[in-house]
Amino acid sequence: MSVQDFALAAEVAARRRLGATVALTALVVLLVLISLGIGPVRLSPLTVIAALFGGGSDVAQVIVREIRLPRTILAFAIGGILGLSGAALQGLLRNPLASPSLFGAPQAAAFGAVLVIALGLADVRSFALPVAAIIAAFGSVFALLAIAGRTAGLLILILSGLAISSFAGAATALVMNLSSNPFVALEIAFWLLGSLEDRSFQHVMIALPFIVAGAVILLSQASSFRALTLGEEAAQSLGVDVARLRLFVISGVALGVGGAVAVTGTIGFIGLVAPHLMRPVIGHDPARLLVPSALAGSALLLAADIAVRVIPSTSDIKVGVLTSIIGVPFFLYLIMRERRVLGGGVA
Amino acid sequence: MTLLSATHLNASLGSRHVLHDISLSLSSGHLVALVGPNGAGKTTLLRALAGLIPSRGDIRIGGDALSSLSLRERSRRFAYLPQGHMVHWPLPARDIVALGRYPHGATDPARLSPDDMAAVLRAMQAVDVIAFGDRRVTELSGGERSRVALARVLAVEAPVILADEPAASLDPRHQIDVMQRLRGVADAGVLVVVVTHDLGLAARFADHVLVLSEGRLASQGAPVEALSEAVMAEVVRISAYRAEYQREAVIVPWADV
Repeated sequence: MSVQDFALAAEVAARRRLGATVALTALVVLLVLISLGIGPVRLSPLTVIAALFGGGSDVAQVIVREIRLPRTILAFAIGGILGLSGAALQGLLRNPLASPSLFGAPQAAAFGAVLVIALGLADVRSFALPVAAIIAAFGSVFALLAIAGRTAGLLILILSGLAISSFAGAATALVMNLSSNPFVALEIAFWLLGSLEDRSFQHVMIALPFIVAGAVILLSQASSFRALTLGEEAAQSLGVDVARLRLFVISGVALGVGGAVAVTGTIGFIGLVAPHLMRPVIGHDPARLLVPSALAGSALLLAADIAVRVIPSTSDIKVGVLTSIIGVPFFLYLIMRERRVLGGGVA
Repeated sequence: MTLLSATHLNASLGSRHVLHDISLSLSSGHLVALVGPNGAGKTTLLRALAGLIPSRGDIRIGGDALSSLSLRERSRRFAYLPQGHMVHWPLPARDIVALGRYPHGATDPARLSPDDMAAVLRAMQAVDVIAFGDRRVTELSGGERSRVALARVLAVEAPVILADEPAASLDPRHQIDVMQRLRGVADAGVLVVVVTHDLGLAARFADHVLVLSEGRLASQGAPVEALSEAVMAEVVRISAYRAEYQREAVIVPWADV
């Protein structure tokens, strides 16, 4: 093998990745158009495009730009940040089973938001909500990494994630239990289910800054994840400040997941599934997986949110319920596949 | 010429005081074997020398105090090979070796500068892993994987290589192969420090042996002197068959004492 062979092999792999990313982007664009077209009034993709850019009838414009666009933006952004958070956590922990929802981050964020409402500190559309959600999510991910420590064995990670999400769930139930106001209980139930229905641009404005900040932080750490392939010690010897990296990832995940949960409630398992769907296409390099995983997350949540509107049912299916119904069996499948490693105790 | 020196080095892991007042001075072009019983502090000493864990005392590398160097500068002076050749994701061997250029700013193996690519190729040639550059490291045999790990360390092209048991869990042929390649690197002017439990390999390949016992430097010097019968009895707590073969020292552990 020579320098030319080297460059050639790298180029072939790069072209494959580029092709996959372009295809994925096209899929996301298509899903965005479908998502904008679906509802009580069905609009064709062409009508949607026309309405988006100020053409077509006034009614179509109002439906697309004011009623459906916020929902679609949120599905895109939240699916994206969940996929990105999953890929980043898997990179940090060198572990294909890591994801925000398994570690209790959305559950903790939901608790933070619920607490603020139950205490009557803020109404549903204030910035206090995402801030509380972010603080709680930060606390949960920080606690998890503190318990699991440097070696991050699979068993310890999953057990402590289970403990943290159960604790967050119990704390939320306690708030529900103690609140005398039935509206608060209703509000909490909404957070536990996770939905994108009836979201306005106000919701977008609340969530988006935090989601973008989280995404920027996580993407800026890409190459450090690659060095971590060799383990923490070797990565540090290559010049990666592992302690700082860990803090960045916790902050990025907390900002993104907290911001997302504050407007939609808990939507689980996208962060787990998205990187797995991308590995066969993109490869296992944790740095290269970040952007495709975000796109896959967007596609998944957009598709799930389209599905809940299409599936005929007497009452509305919540999108968070749907992602969990699909995500949990997938998680079980992953456990089956990783059984050998799990049985060994250490990843 | 002294390249790496430590004076009154002390280090703790949690509340346990692991290294006690270690002073040493190592020269470029030498292969140094760091030996001692389990728990003597060999790995801790290696980590402290590379600046991977905090320590007290003075470490100097090429005239500079280690504490005055940034993480990036340290990473260019020390190539560190941890125990076990751990690779967490099934990346192609070529990408793993390319991580050796990370300290030089080449963080993406698909976008290496011509200089970085040449360094990667040199390293892969030196340990003969070019043939399986495209294969995933997880699919390689133990011997092949240890060579890929070695190539990654060589690709840093650092003046100091610190290797923690690079030959452990390999068959005798591959053990000798790895040590011979490290010997060659040292002969080319690099300071190579190797942690090993194999006194035979230490005696055969090292210029200088450091014997560590309970966090203290029990003896050091040329293999035959550092691993004298007295040291073997007191520190390693074994007797050994000692001889000379093809003008190299032979030490074969024989019985406990």
